[in-house]
Amino acid sequence: MALFDHTIKELEEKLHNNEIKVADLVDASYQRIHEVDDQVRAFLTLNEENARAAAKELDKSEDKSGSLFGMPTGIKDNIVTKGLRTTSASKILDNFYDPLYDATVMNKLYEQSAITIGKLNMDEFAMGSSNENSGYFITRNPWNTDYVPGGSSGGSAAAVAAGEVLFALGSDTGGSIREPAAYCGVVGLKPTYGRVSRFGLVAFASSLDQIGPITRSVEDNARVLEVLAGQDPMDSTSAHLAVPKYTDALTKDVKDLKIAVPSEYLGEGVSSEVQEAVKKALKVYESLGATWEEVSLPHSKYAMATYYIIASSEASANLARFDGVRYGVRAEADNMMDMFKKSRSQGFGEEVKRRIMLGTFALSSGYYDAYYKKAQKVRTLMKGDFDKIFADYDVVIGPTSPTPAFKIGEKTDDPLTMYANDILTIPVNLAGVPGISVPCGFSEDGLPIGLQIIGKHFDESTVYRAAHAYEQATDHHKKRPQIGGANE
Amino acid sequence: MNFETIIGLEVHVELKTKSKIFSPSINAFGTDPNTNVNPIDLAYPGVLPVLNEEAVNFAMKAAMALNCDIATHTKFDRKNYFYPDNSKAYQISQFDQPIGENGWIDIEVNGKKKRIGITRLHMEEDAGKLTHGDDGYSLVDFNRQGTPLVEIVSEPDIRTPEEAYAYLEKLKNIIQYTGVSDVKMQEGSLRCDANISLRPTGQEEFGTKAELKNLNSFNYVQKGLEFEEKRQEKVLLSGGEILQETRRYDEKTKETILMRVKEGSDDYRYFPEPDLLPLYIDEEWKERIRREIPELPDARKKRYTEKLELSAYDAEVLTSSKEMADFFEEALEHDADKKQVSNWLMGEVSAYMNKHYKELQELAITPKALAKMIHLIEDGTISSKMAKKVFTELAENGGDPEKVVTEKGLVQISDEGQLKEIIGKVLEENEQSIIDYKNGKAKAQKYLVGQVMKATKGQANPPMVNKILKEELDKK
Amino acid sequence: MTNISKEQVKHVAELARLEVTEEEADMLTDQLSEIITAAELLNELDTTNVEPITHASDLKNVLRKDEPKVWITKEEALKNAPDQKDGHFRVPSILAD
Repeated sequence: MALFDHTIKELEEKLHNNEIKVADLVDASYQRIHEVDDQVRAFLTLNEENARAAAKELDKSEDKSGSLFGMPTGIKDNIVTKGLRTTSASKILDNFYDPLYDATVMNKLYEQSAITIGKLNMDEFAMGSSNENSGYFITRNPWNTDYVPGGSSGGSAAAVAAGEVLFALGSDTGGSIREPAAYCGVVGLKPTYGRVSRFGLVAFASSLDQIGPITRSVEDNARVLEVLAGQDPMDSTSAHLAVPKYTDALTKDVKDLKIAVPSEYLGEGVSSEVQEAVKKALKVYESLGATWEEVSLPHSKYAMATYYIIASSEASANLARFDGVRYGVRAEADNMMDMFKKSRSQGFGEEVKRRIMLGTFALSSGYYDAYYKKAQKVRTLMKGDFDKIFADYDVVIGPTSPTPAFKIGEKTDDPLTMYANDILTIPVNLAGVPGISVPCGFSEDGLPIGLQIIGKHFDESTVYRAAHAYEQATDHHKKRPQIGGANE
Repeated sequence: MNFETIIGLEVHVELKTKSKIFSPSINAFGTDPNTNVNPIDLAYPGVLPVLNEEAVNFAMKAAMALNCDIATHTKFDRKNYFYPDNSKAYQISQFDQPIGENGWIDIEVNGKKKRIGITRLHMEEDAGKLTHGDDGYSLVDFNRQGTPLVEIVSEPDIRTPEEAYAYLEKLKNIIQYTGVSDVKMQEGSLRCDANISLRPTGQEEFGTKAELKNLNSFNYVQKGLEFEEKRQEKVLLSGGEILQETRRYDEKTKETILMRVKEGSDDYRYFPEPDLLPLYIDEEWKERIRREIPELPDARKKRYTEKLELSAYDAEVLTSSKEMADFFEEALEHDADKKQVSNWLMGEVSAYMNKHYKELQELAITPKALAKMIHLIEDGTISSKMAKKVFTELAENGGDPEKVVTEKGLVQISDEGQLKEIIGKVLEENEQSIIDYKNGKAKAQKYLVGQVMKATKGQANPPMVNKILKEELDKK
Repeated sequence: MTNISKEQVKHVAELARLEVTEEEADMLTDQLSEIITAAELLNELDTTNVEPITHASDLKNVLRKDEPKVWITKEEALKNAPDQKDGHFRVPSILAD
């Protein structure tokens, strides 16, 4: 059994019993990266020298109390790391070797003595569902390298699935943690908006973005979220609420759990394989004593349009700062206007430019009310849908994605087809509620399928309880992709 | 054809909070380039704004002092535009819910009072500073980026450049009283853009306006508007058309010069700032700020004329700055005569300030010392002439007037015996003058007084010298 | 189907400070038209009495005390500058416009 098949808790015990050293964990990480990353291509930048030095320091330390003590982690490249190149997978930040500060989540990880193995590939500025929009290269799905790992946190999900790191951080704006987690057969949680500080997360859509953990088990996920969550004075939108001990919630059963299953989530556009897997999962819940009923999220068909207008509008402003003045790549130009235009046109990829264009259009004079404001109103309705359901139910369950992972290149021609992929995850971001994806089976092609569990605002505890109960009752999470041989 | 001039002013005022509006960087003027900056000001990837409470308090105070209604629900918006000194390429501002609306201030021009409406007062952040070189490059300093600003937009109620000047003076005066800004145009803590258009007298519809920028003093605002008024009139009378353009005032040629013609309106793509949360300003918060607002210039002026019975002119000058008025009142608390204090402040003190380019609070003299000095004049210890010397010493080095008088040997000789002795000596030495006096030459007495003053190094009590001298001469 | 004109696309690109070639402008014209048409699905909904929201969160009045803090040095501020001179960020001048 590989080291990373153990949970954080198990590894912690081994460290405490001196069975292993932190150096062994870091070794295991880099060894695995050397074995498989030329196939998976999850990493944009490695932090090997620093990580090994940190491991040495930790191994010397008497105090091993950090709750992530010595745990090797990979960080999505849109999370800012001091002294460590942060590109957001964009060429415009190709030379951004020192962002000058650490994201709040990085400080939190370091306070608990986690070790950063490297920075993970993604869709450029988190815009994409397949990792094909990376400005550098395409990360592959460890289960089948002809397939996409999902996106935008594709590098994060692939690295965890391939056993290159024990856990990873991702970010989720419209499904960017949950979808790749589903495609790669790992556990990924998007916390409630405001649960985790966004300070140091390269902004895509400020009102939707959240950082969250990607892990192999629900238990590890809860443990990492305990570290990440909490109010941050540097982020006005972070909530002033105490952080529960999420791992405690895992010990409780789901006997009286009331599950809502939106009919829209098991209807048209969702593949039969996926529908079957979700229905089987509901049977498992029944067997555990939970009850479920079909409900409706009547506005879910408007989610995609709402999302693409709001997210692109915010992004058009958030990405305006990449102008070649203070950092990043500047194109040769002999006047200011050309410097702006050339730097941005050469630095941004096609999808990023398309969304900036869409957002700029939606906000422009004469269109604002028809598009942006309209979308904000529909957002109110979508939030209302969830509020209504959560008055009667504990969680909402459905698939994470309409299909398992698709082949690289399969959807790149048509942006709308690609956007449709996020249809089941987007409503969660718009409503600001938490959602998790846990493995719930495999397609005929042997690709993982994800089950999405959505909870009430700030009720990650119930989401984890439901996810954990299901995970413990099934074996899907124990299966490993057959890449690089020794990943069993 | 006669035209009516329509002027509206947009004034930006920097708030003197300790830190910036959305970042904890030091908010200070005149420091080394790019020292008061942090990753937030530089718009590094991943940074977020957090609103400075004091900036809200200051903005609210300014808005209240300008008689604005204070919004209960307000928020911030992003104003999108690219410019090298605008680090995020959007400015955080307030679009449709400004903190203050519907205010006004009263001005007076040539004895005529007029109320000028204030459309709105909103909060926003300042940009950095761009310096254009002549080598094909420009340089950017982000120290100013994130300085809290309020923008105060007047109604188009102003009809003459003089009114514009009076409005600005009054606005500056009021803001200065509230203490939320230095309102120094030379340091850019108060900046003004002016919109001006002409319309045929009697016509309701406004004409096309030009915007004047780079107005570096109130004087230039007035001069620029005067030039622009004439320019537009000339264009219109010759059958021409006013274009919607931005012009700047050239201080050397005293003309306004075209910067650019605006095509349509700028598309700033305002939308609510998702990184900040709405502000809810309840009555309690409003009241707390309202209580902090000091008596404002108009109220104070009224009190000075009505209760203290000062002339309108004196009251106007004394209340022209809060420091001056505060100084005045503190001196009165030390039992100084109000007319004397007022004369000193408006005369010698102001002259000294102008000569040395100093603000009142930069002088070492305290109100108490001025009051004491006035007492010394009144009880004859020093003459008015000597008092000027005492004042200069107090202004430069401070201290107690009595001590200054003793140390500098400035005590007035008012002892009759001593004066008689000195006058006797002077008369002995100036027999010719006595003869002249007897012959009715008025000048002779003046000359003799001068000799007495000379003999006493100016310390003799002049009225007493006059009296004793006359007595002595008449005895002869 | 709402058609966005190529001229509009070029105008939007100008606002966003993006350079687009003729081919890119053609492609974006098609794609944006298609996306905007899809977005017009929202017009089915009557939202007359619906309040727009910016956040799903209902926080308000998040404020910071007015306490200045020094964070980075001038050298750090300029560390990533593509071009600098005399402690300033340097940029090409605006052409007379």
